[in-house]
Amino acid sequence: MSGKERHVGLFVTCLVDLLRPEIGFATARLLEMAGCTVVVPSAQTCCGQPAWNAGADDHARALARQTIDAFAGLDYVVAPSGSCAGTIKRHYPTMLADDAAYAAKARDLADRTYELSAFLVRICGMNDLAARTNTKITYHDSCSSLRDLGVRNEPRALLAQIAGTELCELSDGEVCCGFGGMFSAKYPEISTHMADNKLADVESTGAEMLVGNDLGCLMHLEARAKHQKRNLRVRHIAEFLCEAMPEPDTGKV
Amino acid sequence: MSADPRQFKQAASQALKNPRLQTALGRIKSHFVHKRAEAVERFGAFEALRHEGHAIRDRAIANLDMLLVQFEDSVRARGGQVHWARDADEARQAVADILRQAGARTVIKGKSMVTEEIGLNDFLEREGFTPVETDLGEYIVQLRHEAPSHIIAPAFHLNKEDIAQTFREAHTGLAPERALVERSALVAEARQILRRQFESADAGITGANFLTAAEGAAVLVTNEGNGDLSRLLPRTHIVVTGIEKVVANLSEASVLLRLLTRSATGQEITSYVTIMAGPVADDAAANTATRDFHVVLIDNGRSDLLGTEAQDALRCIRCAACLNHCPVYGAIGGHAYGATYPGPIGAALNPGLIGLADACHHPNASTFCGRCAEVCPVEIPLPQIMRSWRAREYEAEPRAGARKIGFTLWAFVARRPALYRFATRIAARMIPYLGHMPLTAAPLLAGWLNGRTLPRANGHTFHDLWRQRQ
Ligand code: SF4
Repeated sequence: MSGKERHVGLFVTCLVDLLRPEIGFATARLLEMAGCTVVVPSAQTCCGQPAWNAGADDHARALARQTIDAFAGLDYVVAPSGSCAGTIKRHYPTMLADDAAYAAKARDLADRTYELSAFLVRICGMNDLAARTNTKITYHDSCSSLRDLGVRNEPRALLAQIAGTELCELSDGEVCCGFGGMFSAKYPEISTHMADNKLADVESTGAEMLVGNDLGCLMHLEARAKHQKRNLRVRHIAEFLCEAMPEPDTGKV
Repeated sequence: MSADPRQFKQAASQALKNPRLQTALGRIKSHFVHKRAEAVERFGAFEALRHEGHAIRDRAIANLDMLLVQFEDSVRARGGQVHWARDADEARQAVADILRQAGARTVIKGKSMVTEEIGLNDFLEREGFTPVETDLGEYIVQLRHEAPSHIIAPAFHLNKEDIAQTFREAHTGLAPERALVERSALVAEARQILRRQFESADAGITGANFLTAAEGAAVLVTNEGNGDLSRLLPRTHIVVTGIEKVVANLSEASVLLRLLTRSATGQEITSYVTIMAGPVADDAAANTATRDFHVVLIDNGRSDLLGTEAQDALRCIRCAACLNHCPVYGAIGGHAYGATYPGPIGAALNPGLIGLADACHHPNASTFCGRCAEVCPVEIPLPQIMRSWRAREYEAEPRAGARKIGFTLWAFVARRPALYRFATRIAARMIPYLGHMPLTAAPLLAGWLNGRTLPRANGHTFHDLWRQRQ
């Protein structure tokens, strides 16, 4: 990878932090491969999306301001999630539009923030991962990636760089998987019904692995699949890409 | 037909377990979603048309007062009358008064969601009138004493067999051994019965898709022609509709028509587009005096939305694309909402129309997947409006409410990164054991794990591991 060194703040996301740190490390590894210096600001916690979606606006704004400060001065902010990146990129400017001290900062952070695959492809021009697997996969686009961020081609561009990967597209790829954050806990029956539709679609592709870029959706689908004893492997795209690559020379993952 | 929107969860649960309903809902994709997509594709510059429709409706809502007054003047100039109704009750009374003055008893009706909204049929029956729905779907749900489950396809929740059975029970004068298997047989039978009603009706009630201020016209689209018959055959014609339906003129309405039919059924144009301006003019001049034309304009909570974040919902042209693309509507159908308007547009409007307390589930039962806003022909930011209702609901909750305390505690921790690191460290350790813990004190978590089994979790937080690595 070429270009001058980019200082990238890794926005870890609550779910990756709590449940699947492997995804955070895989993300950092990909960013480093792309020539970035990865920084993990310790003042970050949650982007505030759960509060914003619930209508707890003051809490959401407070967390937005905290996140803005935590990532000040970095060239870019990258999240391994369309949902958190979407909150920062699309919703922070609205949330803080009337905040004299933070409105401009919110817009500035929004401009610097990317979902991982979009960042690797659009900004870093990553085009040769030199890795291989032998896996038939399908890809789940999260709603926020598709509709908040317009990210659709980028993950596919990365997956296409992994030799031996056969990507079988879902027939209803635009349809929500039923996660929806708090929705999945408040309306579990509707949520799992939607998961079942998605899992049926996944199954009909014949793929052995489901790959996606939002741990929320993936965890919900994996948990449903596990509950039903379906035989399905689920991976975040960062994990999938890293698992396909030869072990790095240094560092422990 | 006594639906209670507060029972949303229970009703949704029933709906998910109803195999006949699920079969019917399975048809949404082929019936609506694909057809719309093809129509949009054929049209080409649909995005530009959406912008135009958005602008037309925004202008109309911004000038609502002026346009409505102009509309009234135009209707009067054509010999019609306009009646203003602040709420459902005033609207029902207005209709009943017109019918009484006209000496009408039997009333044929074209499909109209606004008359559903105000519960017109039940009221008219109580007042001694006989309302007969003439749209096939509406006719079917009327026979079944049900509410429409979809705003453009009232009987969408039913299968052919359900309808055949309804007809056998209702049309007792017909030969019991007749075949009612094909769709065409059902349509023919309904037509045969309804013809008689058309011929003998004293008054006709229709809705309107648009009102045009300059011409004083009401524009109506149908595929069955029943709207025209409801207007043309009886002596009295009443248009019952919401105040937000007005636009400046027919040429603006025609832009919206192109959006409406493509978004609704994927048609370039519906079989019938009726422009209804003033009383029907008869060839025999002597007859003209006996015809009359009324428009009942209903507010019923709409003007309260002006100036709020929900104002954009008034742009709605009731195409139902948001319902058809909504995964929640697609899972549970329309009846579970327990309100006239289901799906995303219901979630945006109902708190304003029936009150936030009653409609509280509607804006909450959404994943904010955003497909509704993506397909809406007038670009209504539906999830954003739902979110604004959630914010109002949150604000109205007592400070000591469980949810508020929960959020305040969570935010207290999340705003202190060091404390957050500590709390998440403990939480991460506990997560792998969640499946084996009693979760009565954590109903949301229990809800999540109902039907889901937590997959592998690391047991350590990223931040801890990252710090160790550095
Ligand atoms: S909100 Fe938009 S998509 Fe939904 S019915 Fe109204 S116009 Fe159609």
